Amino acid sequence: MKLSRQPFYLFIAILVIGGVSLSLYRHYAFNVPWLPGEKRLVWSIEAKIEFQARSEPVKVSFAIPDTQPGFMRMAEHTASAGYGLAYLEDPEGRRAQWSIRNAEGPQTLYYRVDMMVDNSQWKTSGFSEAPALESMDDEGPYVTAAKALLDEALERSADAYTLTHELIQEFNTQTQREQYLLQDTSRIVWLVKLLQEAKVPAREVLALNLEDGRRRQHLVSYLQVFAADGSYKLFNPSTGQLRKRDRLLLWEYNSQPLLDLLGGTRSRVMFSMIEQELPINETQELEAFQESSLLDLSIHSLPLEEQTLFKGILLIPVGVLVVVFLRIFIGLRTSGTFMPVLIAMAFIQTKLMVGLVGFISILAIGLMIRSYLSKLNLLLVARISAVIITVIILIAILSVIAYQLGLTEGLKITFFPMIILSWTIERMSILWEEEGAQEVFKQSGGSLFVALIAYMLMTNELVRHLTFNFLGLQLVLMALVLMMGSYTGYRISELRRFKPLQDHASQTSGNN
Amino acid sequence: MGLLSHIPFLKNFAELSQLGIMGMNRRNYSYIGRYNPRSLFPLVDDKLKTKKLALEHGVTVPELIGVISSQHDVASIHDIVQDHPAFCIKPAKGSGGKGIMVVAGKNDEGKYIKSNQQVIEREDVQRHTSNILAGLFSLGGATDVAVLETRIVVEEALTKFSYEGVPDIRVIVFRGIPVMAMMRLSCAASNGKANLHQGAVGVGLSISEGKAVNAVQNDHPVRYHPDTGQDLFELALPSWDRLLHLACACSDMSGLGYLGVDLVIDQNRGPMLLELNARPGLSIQLANNQGLLPRLQSVERLKSPQRMSIDDRIAYAQKYFHVAPGAASILGDSFTVDPEA
Repeated sequence: MKLSRQPFYLFIAILVIGGVSLSLYRHYAFNVPWLPGEKRLVWSIEAKIEFQARSEPVKVSFAIPDTQPGFMRMAEHTASAGYGLAYLEDPEGRRAQWSIRNAEGPQTLYYRVDMMVDNSQWKTSGFSEAPALESMDDEGPYVTAAKALLDEALERSADAYTLTHELIQEFNTQTQREQYLLQDTSRIVWLVKLLQEAKVPAREVLALNLEDGRRRQHLVSYLQVFAADGSYKLFNPSTGQLRKRDRLLLWEYNSQPLLDLLGGTRSRVMFSMIEQELPINETQELEAFQESSLLDLSIHSLPLEEQTLFKGILLIPVGVLVVVFLRIFIGLRTSGTFMPVLIAMAFIQTKLMVGLVGFISILAIGLMIRSYLSKLNLLLVARISAVIITVIILIAILSVIAYQLGLTEGLKITFFPMIILSWTIERMSILWEEEGAQEVFKQSGGSLFVALIAYMLMTNELVRHLTFNFLGLQLVLMALVLMMGSYTGYRISELRRFKPLQDHASQTSGNN
Repeated sequence: MGLLSHIPFLKNFAELSQLGIMGMNRRNYSYIGRYNPRSLFPLVDDKLKTKKLALEHGVTVPELIGVISSQHDVASIHDIVQDHPAFCIKPAKGSGGKGIMVVAGKNDEGKYIKSNQQVIEREDVQRHTSNILAGLFSLGGATDVAVLETRIVVEEALTKFSYEGVPDIRVIVFRGIPVMAMMRLSCAASNGKANLHQGAVGVGLSISEGKAVNAVQNDHPVRYHPDTGQDLFELALPSWDRLLHLACACSDMSGLGYLGVDLVIDQNRGPMLLELNARPGLSIQLANNQGLLPRLQSVERLKSPQRMSIDDRIAYAQKYFHVAPGAASILGDSFTVDPEA
């Protein structure tokens, strides 16, 4: 009856050896350190250009960023099958230019740049230099209307910045005139023209708000206004608010188009970004870092969009390991086997406090509503569907409330796994009816406890570093899970359960 | 053990292991995983299938009155039970005694009276049946059917041991050999249910004679029934050999190597099968104040116990798993592990 265990242990040994040697290879061949160590923050940003080619020669000219205050350009590379590529550097800014003789159908071009956060870096290429002034030469009804706005703003301002602020306010309050002007061209173009007219150097810049793990982002327009002393500030053209320079990468700042496309239509550009903490020596060898080979089992060779996904996904095995450990060795009861891992993943997105409050309130309110649903005597599928809708409504309401209170973190509550939450509520509710409230608290407390431990591990600097940089460790995790799966010893919780037996045994042996 | 035994919980682990107590991981991995083929689980998880199987094998079961399998038929329940004043409604796929409603009779107004004398409306019975069909009590919430059975009349010798509800006998049968048994007595704290984790009293039974060796409630030793005050150590089951025979026959028909057999003794019809369990719990060790592992391992050393006759298997169990009645000592000399002898 007993199966031979040898193949099993051999398999585990292969997994461990394979995982460890892959990790060693990455450590020695690519100088990836074991410990996070001293690091520099590097933002990898990937632009994805998509368009439809029309079976004719295609020329794509794409504005690309350069070293600028706060960021130093480390490396850049492109992926574009069959296209010729040239980097053009001229006073009008840096551009990547792709060309091909003939292309047809949907085309995708990738451009990726690594920017190191470096606040000592002030060498710039024209970014902090004011553009030359141009005055509006064309006359007409639009210009007249615009100048009227400018005159009123000039009245109420003292310098370049206050003028900008007042001008934007003018646009916001005089909606009729604004509507009229918008028929000619966009607001930001008018703002630039009017500021130039008032002898204030200004221009539109396209910038990217940096946030780790974001995908499908777009560039945002800001108004760069220079004061008389040569300093400048960035304004949000629709609210007039100042934009600080933190976590903002200026992509295009030479009043050039972002994308120039010949021979194609329906183009669009989307950005993904990821925050990496690289050791100092590694940032210096970033170029070597990017040459991918088959043995270099690293997700760094993937496009950024996928990398951002994997940064999270590679942490799941760690969470799963926690669940397996706590169930098999400790004997903790949770509701839904892997629900705690999903909750932990949601906590990572929402930050702990917001996540905890959100989770507990959704569960509590959900249980209350579910207890009413149980009185309605519904069929099961309908009842769970009703719970799902309830959970979604709750999440929507909580998001609105959080936003009204100014808690933008609260918006991320949508990261909660809604279907799983609904099932949890359903199961908890049945548990409540059958076993009483105590068991519900025990299990939800258990789930939350497991989620917290998983969360702490998954946000741990070292764990993140290791899972993201050493793909081979996944094999080791696999081996650990397999080994735990064949553990037949006692659980810690069973010590308490079988204590009466033990006590009795020690009594009788004491009597003898 | 050496140095490791000084770590507190490792020391306790070693003690538990010495007592031969089986933990959850060991049960799942070494016994359920190894001896219970997954494909046979539906036979025991569905009471209706178990019942059919039992009838085919000539195993006595409570009489089936009828089955309600669609919401549309729920209202017809009153006609079905017309001739059976005392009956019970069970979910076919229920577990742990959930969703079982026992009706003792009807009053003059035609309302039902439950076994605890509570009067309920006709609609209450219908709603309960409807909940069963919707899967409220079944594993994983799958849709279910409601099984109607005649109510079991508790054997007179056992009535003083039980409070509301039917006491049942759980026998663990491993590879066809009964290894451990206990009686589960419902009480007020368990709401008439006979499940130990719900607060019922568990009385360990000696395999050799069917007499009490120890008793627990909520995992702690007790001597007297909390509601009736009856001395639990006086418990001695009538027709013990027939019960063991029944348990072995159930094991043979199910094909499961590690099986929990739940039996009852009906006043009129004698021992009968209530249900089978492919994942029997571990509390039976507490009720018997004895670990399962030594007995299981002794059976594991037998070459092919399934080929032995039922009588031989019972004789084996009675010889090697003998414990003196009333004696809850577990490390006593009464225990021998030498199957080859």
